[in-house]
Amino acid sequence: MTTAAAHDRRVAEILSLITDTEDDRPLLVRLCAQGLTALPVAGVALALMTDEGPSGVVLAATDDRARKLEELQFSLGEGPCVEASRNGRAVLEPDLGSSGPTRWPAFGAAVLEAGVRAIFAFPLRVGAIRVGILDLYRDVPGWLSAEDLAEALAFADAATVVVLYLQADSGAGLAPAALTEPIDNRAQVHQATGMITIQLDVEMAEALLRLRAHAYATSRTVSEVAVDVVDRRIRFDDSDTGASGDP
Amino acid sequence: MDLADTLVADFDVIDLLHTLATRSTELLDANAAGIMLADQRGSLRVMASSTEEARLLELYELQRNEGPCLDCFHSGAPVARADLDAMLATWPVFTKRMRELGFSSAQALPMRLHGDTIGVLNLFRSRPGPLTESDLWIGQAMAHVATVGLMQERSIAASEQLAEQLQAALSSRVLLEQAKGVLAERTGLSMDESFHAMRRYARANQRRLGEVAARIIDGTVDAEALRGT
Repeated sequence: MTTAAAHDRRVAEILSLITDTEDDRPLLVRLCAQGLTALPVAGVALALMTDEGPSGVVLAATDDRARKLEELQFSLGEGPCVEASRNGRAVLEPDLGSSGPTRWPAFGAAVLEAGVRAIFAFPLRVGAIRVGILDLYRDVPGWLSAEDLAEALAFADAATVVVLYLQADSGAGLAPAALTEPIDNRAQVHQATGMITIQLDVEMAEALLRLRAHAYATSRTVSEVAVDVVDRRIRFDDSDTGASGDP
Repeated sequence: MDLADTLVADFDVIDLLHTLATRSTELLDANAAGIMLADQRGSLRVMASSTEEARLLELYELQRNEGPCLDCFHSGAPVARADLDAMLATWPVFTKRMRELGFSSAQALPMRLHGDTIGVLNLFRSRPGPLTESDLWIGQAMAHVATVGLMQERSIAASEQLAEQLQAALSSRVLLEQAKGVLAERTGLSMDESFHAMRRYARANQRRLGEVAARIIDGTVDAEALRGT
């Protein structure tokens, strides 16, 4: 294994696991349930984030305790989830018993009371785009193994794709295929996204969605379209396909 | 030297890696440099490059799964070949592409921590043959400084954190690319020029590169001001 392909493959796998199913629960509920199966954790929750910071909206949770702890963090204004969304970095706390109460005075006590001993919070982000937080709760202290951490990061990336997709207004014309494909991390994709924010005067998340939508509408890959944008062969506008030019 | 300063000053992973890549080409007899980092699954990613050509060559190497950086990563030891023929014999596909991009030799130095290879510093030259012994020594020392810096960013050196470290570095990288796009579209500069303008501005104003990128994206730093710096 020599490329980031393994990670992307796992993200795609998780996405197809939650979409190829008769299960009629919401997508993010299924994603949390899959996470609970795949990871050595006692609870999984997803919280929404807006540009202004944590929103207090719990998108999905595997159980009532996880949901309550999410909500508690927002009302107290402290906790791993709040910290992860503020810094845009994962917060890994393997031993709440020894460091929880000092790190988060109010939340630390409540979370121990609830029987949780370790928390891992991962931001759902694509550079400047921050859509939410994935929280993992454990009843026993201890680090996630390297493998489990890689798995958790794959779940976070899969959740990012789903939350982005769900936030798209239908006007962006995003094909369901957008739901099963990991975000392409080639530099040009993100450069093009930055350019499109100016061309359309939209936020970064919207620009990424428009780029993906245009690729599906014209049956090309996202990175092919991105290269055309970066090389200034096409520009995004409000036409039907979302862009014009000579690719 | 600013690599060492970075360790005690405010820290930005991509900035550190980019500094290492750029300084490598200034201090060593190399025309371009790039850095790849690995996660716990052994997945390598291109994290920083001094030029677009170096970046393209590294991406190509990962795509085609052949080349000195990969060999270096797997062996944990420096990798180079005596001349072009030897390179062609070992890495035919890679060497051909390397020539197309204007280089005649490649040297890969391991970034090692606690016995693990966590990444590779790649040096590309327009002249054939390996680096001199003294260049090799300095290059390896620089790779070591960057490795230590990378691990100190969050004071916990637990190997469990390596995957997260990489993820965070990747997020900064993505943010940087998005900002390059915004700046390029606003000013008409190329992506490379946009990056250098951001870096100059960050230096001149003693800001972190990641912070400047975020401010370009949210519009609180004026694009035209950067263009003029």
